[in-house]
Amino acid sequence: MSYQPISFYQTGTFTVGNRLLAPDERSVQAQVKRYNSLNSGHRACQGCGEALGARYAIDAAMEAAHGQLIAANATGCLEVFSTPYPETSWQIPWVHSLFGNAAAVATGIAAALKVKGKHDVRVVAQGGDGGTTDIGFGCLSGMFERNDDVLYICYDNGGYMNTGIQRSSATPPAARTATTMAVGAEPGNPFGQGKFVPAIAMAHDIPYVATATVADLRDLEAKVLRAMEIRGARYIHILVPCPLGWGTASGDTIKMARLAKETGFFPVFEAEQGVVTGVLPIRKKLPVEEFLRPQKRYAHLFGKQPKVDVIAKLQALADRNIRKYGLLGEEH
Amino acid sequence: MEKPFAITLDPGSSLANRTGSWRTYRPEYLDRLPPCNAACPAGENIQAWLFNAESGDYEKAWRSLTVNNPLPATMGRVCYHPCEGACNRQHLDASVGINSVERFLGDEAIKRGWKFVKPEKQSGKRVLVVGAGPAGLSAAYQLALLGHAVSIYEAGPAAGGMMRFGIPKYRLPRDVLDSEIARIVDLGVELRLNTHVDDLKQAMAEGRFDACFLGVGAHIAKRAYIPAGDANRVLDAVSVLRSMEGAHEEEMKPLLGRRVVVYGGGNTAIDVARTAKRLGAEESIIVYRRTREKMPAHDFEVEEALQEGVMMKWLSTIKEAGEGELTVEKMALDENGFPQPTGEYETVAADSLVLALGQDADLSLLGKVAGLVIDQGVVQVDAAMMTGCPGVFAGGDMAGNDRTVTVAVGHGKKAARAIDAWLRGGKYEASPKPEMATFERLNTWYYSDAPKTVRPVLDIIRRQSTFEEVLGGLDETNAQFEARRCLSCGNCFECDNCYGVCPDNAVIKLGPGKRFVFNYDYCKGCGVCVAECPCGAIRMVPEEN
Repeated sequence: MSYQPISFYQTGTFTVGNRLLAPDERSVQAQVKRYNSLNSGHRACQGCGEALGARYAIDAAMEAAHGQLIAANATGCLEVFSTPYPETSWQIPWVHSLFGNAAAVATGIAAALKVKGKHDVRVVAQGGDGGTTDIGFGCLSGMFERNDDVLYICYDNGGYMNTGIQRSSATPPAARTATTMAVGAEPGNPFGQGKFVPAIAMAHDIPYVATATVADLRDLEAKVLRAMEIRGARYIHILVPCPLGWGTASGDTIKMARLAKETGFFPVFEAEQGVVTGVLPIRKKLPVEEFLRPQKRYAHLFGKQPKVDVIAKLQALADRNIRKYGLLGEEH
Repeated sequence: MEKPFAITLDPGSSLANRTGSWRTYRPEYLDRLPPCNAACPAGENIQAWLFNAESGDYEKAWRSLTVNNPLPATMGRVCYHPCEGACNRQHLDASVGINSVERFLGDEAIKRGWKFVKPEKQSGKRVLVVGAGPAGLSAAYQLALLGHAVSIYEAGPAAGGMMRFGIPKYRLPRDVLDSEIARIVDLGVELRLNTHVDDLKQAMAEGRFDACFLGVGAHIAKRAYIPAGDANRVLDAVSVLRSMEGAHEEEMKPLLGRRVVVYGGGNTAIDVARTAKRLGAEESIIVYRRTREKMPAHDFEVEEALQEGVMMKWLSTIKEAGEGELTVEKMALDENGFPQPTGEYETVAADSLVLALGQDADLSLLGKVAGLVIDQGVVQVDAAMMTGCPGVFAGGDMAGNDRTVTVAVGHGKKAARAIDAWLRGGKYEASPKPEMATFERLNTWYYSDAPKTVRPVLDIIRRQSTFEEVLGGLDETNAQFEARRCLSCGNCFECDNCYGVCPDNAVIKLGPGKRFVFNYDYCKGCGVCVAECPCGAIRMVPEEN
């Protein structure tokens, strides 16, 4: 793991800042004059995880690129809430692409910069899980296999939240969406469908793949900074809870991301050249029910007759993540 | 302006979109009361001085601490630290070792020679303090800082009261006490030793004092009637401990013999039994009428005494002291938990019997003070520590039943502030207490695991034979570590979490020491900052419209 928790400080490195740390040991987000790449006034919902994750990630990328950064942005929540014409919240050069071609547009920008000899200007592409794992997946896979010099960041909130909460291939099993209603014999999103794009990215043997959540800022920043040290195709998949789509309180956004990680429901790891090189271990393992229960999209599991069989299947998925990635750390 | 093809507007900023109008609840910063501060009888702002100690600014920490308590090195040794009993960290791993950090700061101050800063202006008022115990010293210190001329009249040959004549050296080395008293005297406080006040009114008139604080303590041993033969030595705990403070220790040692029995179950009984052991007694036995659980003595002191070989005899009362032996009756607890005699007797060999049955205050000096009320040996005071006689205030052991050094220091401070208000013609009002920073207010995810630092304990052989200090101190590295275990309950410690986690950049960071403010133009009121504040220093309140 590229980030080292500092022991025996009042709060270790779990908080955003720490007045007891030397300035160069503090997070990008703790700086008084941080980039605020995604500025105030955007129209994201209260407690939006994606707005938070985007600022975390792009500010860190700006830090690494010394402010020389261009972003291509797929259609989706992030694009809609940040740039209603003629306003923009972006304080970086930013291009809106189609829903499905952000990776290709970024590839084109990177190629143009190469032709112009501007090696100091770096390129990121970003989109939601719909634009990444469904609609833009062909372009993304192409960008990976050509090893284009782009950092692609996917903000995964598990569905098409902007258009009314439809299912995507990143929607977790049993979750209720507008297109997977909580009715019938197997209510919610079916088991056995969907895909985990970080694993597919790893299968391309690209230089760097990582997952992160908005609950672990220091880990997220370390991964973006690591990715920016590398040239070639890089992929970071960030879990960003959506209060609207998940049916959670707006203040619980970070808590939900933390629960996803602590239950093993969402594995947090990094990989280089297709090999896992580090995981962010679970600090205090929790049953998956802790993550499911606060979400209205799982309310159908917790009626008068709790659906213990479905909860057990979701627990089995989390347990499989824990085994597969070794999420309990070395001491376990 | 010429614009490219198909472009009609300049790019605008989303700052034009004041999303603050969406808000139905607004976040607000506040300071909640940490449970340690709430529990401290001396009213110390523990969280605040730990905050300074965390960054290694020990002098600032010490100055912050001594705002409320001028005796940190002493208190870091003898206080029973109710703060640690209230500490929220106990629900995570173990309480912060507040007492040990306090002692470290106190020792550091002595080592580095830090002094109190004298007030710039004098009030011209004169205040008499009777008794140089913890209450009197605390009051004198606070009054001197407020610019009043203070004289302490102390009946004994040295200042310190029960800290010197009641607490054994192995718990409080006298050089530590002397340094802390000297620092108070250096503020310009007049200390008159061997000055017994017989008549308070006369003393005040002669000294032209405008007000007075009484802190005469409680040093008259309570007696129990025990028939005793001529040959048996029956002593009281107060005089045994006092005689340990003679100028020539070897000559003044109390003659206790080889087998010593101490009667009582409080901390004083433990002190005497441990002292007897150190004086060479082969057997030092505490006889107490109830059980260990019911003992008023603090458990860690009982434990330390047991480690040193002190024996305990529970559920027993002493009926008679014969020559070389005592007759003891066994007791049994009734359904209400009170001991009842069983009629079973046994004998215990003893060369001396020391009674540690509590103490009364010597209130003879108050005979002619009008309006003063005494109830069951305790001087009655109002919320501002004033007795029924205007201008006469009292505190410490004589004015309460909770008799510890820490309570006395708190009384002295409170009385001093009340005296100051009274001298200015006003009435002291304590500032209202903020709401409590309970454990539920915290987000403890953010605190690293960090077990408590244990203080070194003196080797057992040396504890049984010498009066060296039993409990050691922390050094700088582990004192700072211990301070950094503080959760800073209810008070912002600038962790930047609110600043970082706001999805709308609606928190403005003002820089080191200046904390943060909300930018209500853009705050949507999502409440993420409140949920993720580790220490519970933000709350949500409904918007009016």
